[in-house]
Amino acid sequence: MKTRLSDYYEKGIKYLLGLIAGTSILILFLIFFLLFREGIGAFHYVGVLDFIFGTKWLPVSEPPHFGALPMIIGSIIVTLGAGIIAIPAGIGIAVYLAEVAPRSVREIAKAVIELLAGIPSVVYGFLGLTVLAPIIKDLLDLPSALTAFTAALVLAIMALPTVVSISEDALDAVPREYREASLALGATKWETTVKIVLPSARSGLMAASMLGLGRAVGETMAVLMVAGNAMIIPHSIFDPVRTITANIAAEMGETVQGGLHYQALFGLGIILFTITFVINLITDLIFTKTSSVKRGASL
Amino acid sequence: MKMLKGGYMGNKNKMETRNLNLYYKGFQALINVSLPIKENTVTALIGPSGCGKSTFLRTLNRMNDVIDGTRIEGEVLLDNDSIYDVGVDPVVLRKKVGMVFQRPNPFPMSIYDNIAYGPRIHGHKKKDTLNEIVENSLRAAALWDEVKDRLHKSALGLSGGQQQRLVIARVLAVDPQVILMDEPASALDPISTAKLEDLIHQLKSNYTIVIVTHNMQQAARVSDFTGFFLNGEMIEYDVTNTIFTAPRIKRTEDYITGRFG
Ligand SMILES: Nc1ncnc2c1ncn2[C@@H]1O[C@H](COP(=O)(O)OP(=O)(O)O)[C@@H](O)[C@H]1O
Ligand SMILES: [Mg+2]
Repeated sequence: MKTRLSDYYEKGIKYLLGLIAGTSILILFLIFFLLFREGIGAFHYVGVLDFIFGTKWLPVSEPPHFGALPMIIGSIIVTLGAGIIAIPAGIGIAVYLAEVAPRSVREIAKAVIELLAGIPSVVYGFLGLTVLAPIIKDLLDLPSALTAFTAALVLAIMALPTVVSISEDALDAVPREYREASLALGATKWETTVKIVLPSARSGLMAASMLGLGRAVGETMAVLMVAGNAMIIPHSIFDPVRTITANIAAEMGETVQGGLHYQALFGLGIILFTITFVINLITDLIFTKTSSVKRGASL
Repeated sequence: MKMLKGGYMGNKNKMETRNLNLYYKGFQALINVSLPIKENTVTALIGPSGCGKSTFLRTLNRMNDVIDGTRIEGEVLLDNDSIYDVGVDPVVLRKKVGMVFQRPNPFPMSIYDNIAYGPRIHGHKKKDTLNEIVENSLRAAALWDEVKDRLHKSALGLSGGQQQRLVIARVLAVDPQVILMDEPASALDPISTAKLEDLIHQLKSNYTIVIVTHNMQQAARVSDFTGFFLNGEMIEYDVTNTIFTAPRIKRTEDYITGRFG
């Protein structure tokens, strides 16, 4: 009697977990399906290549133009910029916390970082707009401080907690035995960090970078507030740019549901979804590669 | 200390501790340990777990420096010079006094890179030199024949016994004088253990070896001298044969005959 009950219990849990997993996959498919259904019309009307590589986005002119290239470039520049700032800084901070800092500093810093990760993006955007932008404008003597650079900087600050905390976990997971072996061979602490700890944590550091980038590419509010939003292909990082996300947020309110403009914004959504998907895919591939190394396959 | 008899009695002291005390924060883990380590011999450290064997071993290459809050009193000598003097760089010391850990800990890189790691750190850059060091070290560790065709494969693909010999080869590659081994066979099967013991025997002619073991037969097989530890104190030190056949102290006899521990 007892065994049968616990049998049902086991089975029940199994099905429940299966159901939850299935639902999340289903939701993902529904999102993709919805995006496609709503956005495909724009691709039909403009042509996929013209949509991606077109340089004019004039949704209300007659006839309308839907060329997304300025925004795609805008998103890429801002994301890459954020990555170039946040990844080295984040990994550097993580190395300091994991390898150098005394335990007390480390505990405090980790708590602060978790706190920073929880601050809503509007707040970052607002601070970027009111504090950071004026400083950048003065320092670099720019006509307007709302540029790709400003947006990248704000995004980098936002992505930093993610990069730091995941990198720190990755460094922490490097077995103490590796460090001891290296030190016992007469390596200095610094040599051990650079030649043993960082390479051993490589996959985790990559994942941290990718998740940081993922956070940056999908960010909307903060970017809308500080990127300047000009619909042009920028010549330098000190030009204003408009990102895909910012454009969707800015224009969605003016569209008629089911209309061409509305469809074009969903088309942008498909592109964004694809970019995010590719970033996640790369992260995933890296994780799979790690586990095969752990199983003892050749490096 | 009474006169010791045995074939290696005339060897000079390669290392020596005098009245060594070690504290982890408030806890005293070593109490007044004085022990000679004779050149080109194998010294075994035995005793129940938690008695301070590993701690003692790690004072010999200053690996305890890495642990926060350790404090040490007394002397540890290498070739009659104190290794805790202010002028001594632990990094230089550890090149002379190598260490093999309880669990095999190859780095997650190729067999070749594992061995070449130490020499590279210490400034060897030429490919020929490195090749030579790698081959010689692997031969000396009795591993060359088993791995010569897979030098550039991951070291993590080796068996536990091979990994432990790889780790020894990695230590040999930096050309140490003393090799410390902390229960090096505890994770190995009997065949690998036998190979490791053979290897220790061969290494003795070129190196001074200190081995911690909880396996009394192993201590009897591989060592020339044995020190018995209990609760942080070194209770008895003598020629291995004497310790195992005619210990002077009752607690040593009780431990060896399996009455506790
Ligand atoms: N890092 C440490 N901090 C505090 N106490 C420790 C530490 N390492 C070991 N000890 C304590 O010191 C004693 C000796 O430990 P150890 O040298 O590892 O013994 P053995 O190797 O003989 O088993 C034990 O009581 C252990 O709990
Ligand atoms: Mg131990």
